[in-house]
Amino acid sequence: MAAVPDTRKALPTEPPRRGLLSPTNKRRWENFRANRRGYWSLWIFLVLFGISLCAEFVANDRPVIASYKGEILFPVLVNYPEEKFGGFLAETDYKSDFIRDEIEANGWMIWPPIRYSYRTVNSNIPHSAPTKPFWLMGEEQRCAGYPNGAADRNCTLGNLNWLGTDDQARDVLARVIYGFRISVLFGLALTIASAVVGVSAGAVQGYFGGWTDLLMQRFIEIWSSMPVLYILLIISAILPPGFWILLSIMLLFSWVGFVGVVRAEFLRARNFEYVNAARALGVGNGTIMVRHLLPNAMVATLTFLPFILSGSITTLTSLDFLGFGMPPGSPSLGELIAQGKQNLQAPWLGLTAFVIMSLMLSLLIFVGEATRDAFDPRKTFR
Amino acid sequence: MNEKKSEPILKVEDLSVAFHQGGKTSVAVDHVSFEIGRGEVVALVGESGSGKSVTANSVLKLLPYPAASHPSGSVHFKGQDLMNASEAELRRVRGNDITMIFQEPMTSLNPLHPIERQIGEILELHQNIKGAAARTRTLELLNQVGIREPEKRLSAYPHELSGGQRQRVMIAMALANRPELLIADEPTTALDVTVQAQILELLKQLKDQHGMSMLFITHDLGIVRKFADRVCVMTKGRIVESGPVEAIFTDPQHDYTRHLLASEPRGKPLPADDGKPVIMEADDVRVWFPIKAGFMRKVVDHVKAVDGIDLRLRAGHTLGVVGESGSGKTTLGLALTRLIASKGRIAFVGKDIADYSFREMRPLRNRMQIVFQDPYGSLSPRMSVADIVGEGLAIHEPALSADERDRRVAAALEETGLDATTRWRYPHEFSGGQRQRIAIARAMVLKPEFVMLDEPTSALDMSVQAQVVDLLRDLQAKHNLAYLFISHDLKVVRALANEIIVMRAGKVVEKGPAERIIEAPEMPYTKALMAAAFDLAAVKSDVIRQ
Repeated sequence: MAAVPDTRKALPTEPPRRGLLSPTNKRRWENFRANRRGYWSLWIFLVLFGISLCAEFVANDRPVIASYKGEILFPVLVNYPEEKFGGFLAETDYKSDFIRDEIEANGWMIWPPIRYSYRTVNSNIPHSAPTKPFWLMGEEQRCAGYPNGAADRNCTLGNLNWLGTDDQARDVLARVIYGFRISVLFGLALTIASAVVGVSAGAVQGYFGGWTDLLMQRFIEIWSSMPVLYILLIISAILPPGFWILLSIMLLFSWVGFVGVVRAEFLRARNFEYVNAARALGVGNGTIMVRHLLPNAMVATLTFLPFILSGSITTLTSLDFLGFGMPPGSPSLGELIAQGKQNLQAPWLGLTAFVIMSLMLSLLIFVGEATRDAFDPRKTFR
Repeated sequence: MNEKKSEPILKVEDLSVAFHQGGKTSVAVDHVSFEIGRGEVVALVGESGSGKSVTANSVLKLLPYPAASHPSGSVHFKGQDLMNASEAELRRVRGNDITMIFQEPMTSLNPLHPIERQIGEILELHQNIKGAAARTRTLELLNQVGIREPEKRLSAYPHELSGGQRQRVMIAMALANRPELLIADEPTTALDVTVQAQILELLKQLKDQHGMSMLFITHDLGIVRKFADRVCVMTKGRIVESGPVEAIFTDPQHDYTRHLLASEPRGKPLPADDGKPVIMEADDVRVWFPIKAGFMRKVVDHVKAVDGIDLRLRAGHTLGVVGESGSGKTTLGLALTRLIASKGRIAFVGKDIADYSFREMRPLRNRMQIVFQDPYGSLSPRMSVADIVGEGLAIHEPALSADERDRRVAAALEETGLDATTRWRYPHEFSGGQRQRIAIARAMVLKPEFVMLDEPTSALDMSVQAQVVDLLRDLQAKHNLAYLFISHDLKVVRALANEIIVMRAGKVVEKGPAERIIEAPEMPYTKALMAAAFDLAAVKSDVIRQ
């Protein structure tokens, strides 16, 4: 027996403390990082998404923190009636000179860097809306809308419009930040929901095969040959537009994308010997599907995700552009594109929308490419 | 032998092969030297991973360069230095002076071209023979390799040929340019024993006719003994011993060679005892797959995978089911364990289970277990060994606490000769033999009465096979298990089975006590099978397919 190596080594009798990642996932993460472009795209995207998640603290028409008569207030989170400061409105207008003087006399307040929310109308625009970005105008001109001109105490960087305003005098930068958030959140929600539905459907088809597979495949063929855009237009003309309604309508059609890959993966893997072994052990169908087969399909699904995500964002944007998307007034990139189209004399609208959309989609595609690399088993042999 | 050595046709000196992967370098072949004389057959023998195929591939520089590299060594073919030859020079040698045949004839032939075109391509490439001349030469070659009715086979695609015929076509392609050296990389491993015997016979005959030299790579010592003039024993990238076949087999010098020679499956099956209870009983079991045709998909015929098998298996006994691939052995096993639908009576521990549903079978599943052929495929790569072995326990004995379950898993692993402290590792960290032990532990942890062993040793190296056979026999004696042992390897069957069923095309050819079947087979098919398995002799008979 001397020639046969004994590969067993003395090991502790307790299960080893596993790191955050299994060895396979560690290798995948290394592969992901090896794609520098995708890796940096992920970080840039996460930073942008992180900023947009805190949109209320970045761009708002209320102070983040205020101190008034010894009391610390959080106007961003809590809606204080104006009564509190001696006014009479239900909502406090912190930008009005009266409230501002009142609070500053009795304490202090800290503003977000951009003093506009997505729906705040700038009543001090220098010329008729849409207004140019302030850095395209001279110092005199950019403060022309304020009573005291350049000397006005309100003519500060926070109150100026970095990317100009749209045709309703709303700050474009604030709307872009909010719009980015809603696009990504919508995309993520739609992607996750479609993945859940699509993976389940594909799993059932692939695992059971036969008539189940045949009938569901035919149904999917009919379902996916429907003119999706027109159905979306019709439904959104009948139902009141909104985030969740749009999400459910689009979910009706988007889950189909996952079925193919997952079904193929299940069809391939359902006759693996370890699946047969599990059957021989008496393991139930559900457990076999989740424990033994789903991990195989997850690679295909995860590789697919970033592309579905960017697709969902594009669809939402196009619906918004056509006016069938989010309710009027919501911050949306599609609506910004529409405005850019209607106001060709204000190129900053269209340009901003273009830059933001292409940045977001390119980042997602780069991340998707790196994900694909990460899950490619052949990558290790390079 | 000495005068042959004076002018070797191939001379490999001090050859090393290293693979670079992800910044790591592993040495697959470590300073190997050997030479092949004119008309000589040299065998490279070793277990999987010993570097024998890598050595053979580096002769023609067929390795994936630049991932592979040669830190040292030289290869001379008739005085020509192949190691430093240009790609163009190598192409002249490849397929012309030196040709190769590979293990898997299905993947070595292009599935999209008929065989005439595949052979014709080689003729055109190296000898510029085209048209009618090429066809004549192709027919001549197919005749030479013993393809029956070669005219009809010219337009056949690879999938229309049997495994043996495909390997014959591969050999015809290798012979097309009258090579001086043929490198055969496990040419018969994927074939049935009877076909293997025919192919070996053919190679020997062709070698004698053409005075070819051969480099024969195999793990099968039986083939080496029968076929080779000289043998080089390889392990872990080194040649540990080389010399004339007779000398190596009668007087091995190195420990590893002795270990390899001693690793044939040995021992006798446990004595039969007719007083023991019948565990599994089957009458007229049939598994017919319908062939549907026409617009209405009417059933026009059946593929009779299993066609009327009777068997009776007692506790503590082993029933060996032998036969060639496609004879329905595995299908029979799956039918008996009710994993595929079948007709006929199946009784398990006295219960008539033939009509049980999947759900009704569930409480019985722990009493009948299966060990599959491929230890790489039968363990889920994403579960730890403890989870794999414990999965069945969680279903059949849900009352067990996590601690008790863990103890049972550890005990089962220890029983199969594994270190229980390794149970949190994943299957890929284990060798093939260890994985098969894990698969056996998964079956044993449920304390079954009946175990179906579906070729449990055929994916394993020879020395590991013997260990697994010993393990199975020990477990059988200890737990009074009934085995249904499915195998095409009669040496393994001989070491375990009390009774043997010889199957062919779904039917029983011969059945009876193992000793009688092996020593004195009655039917011509069984005779041919035994001759091929134990003496590697091809029996000229109509009962054997090509």
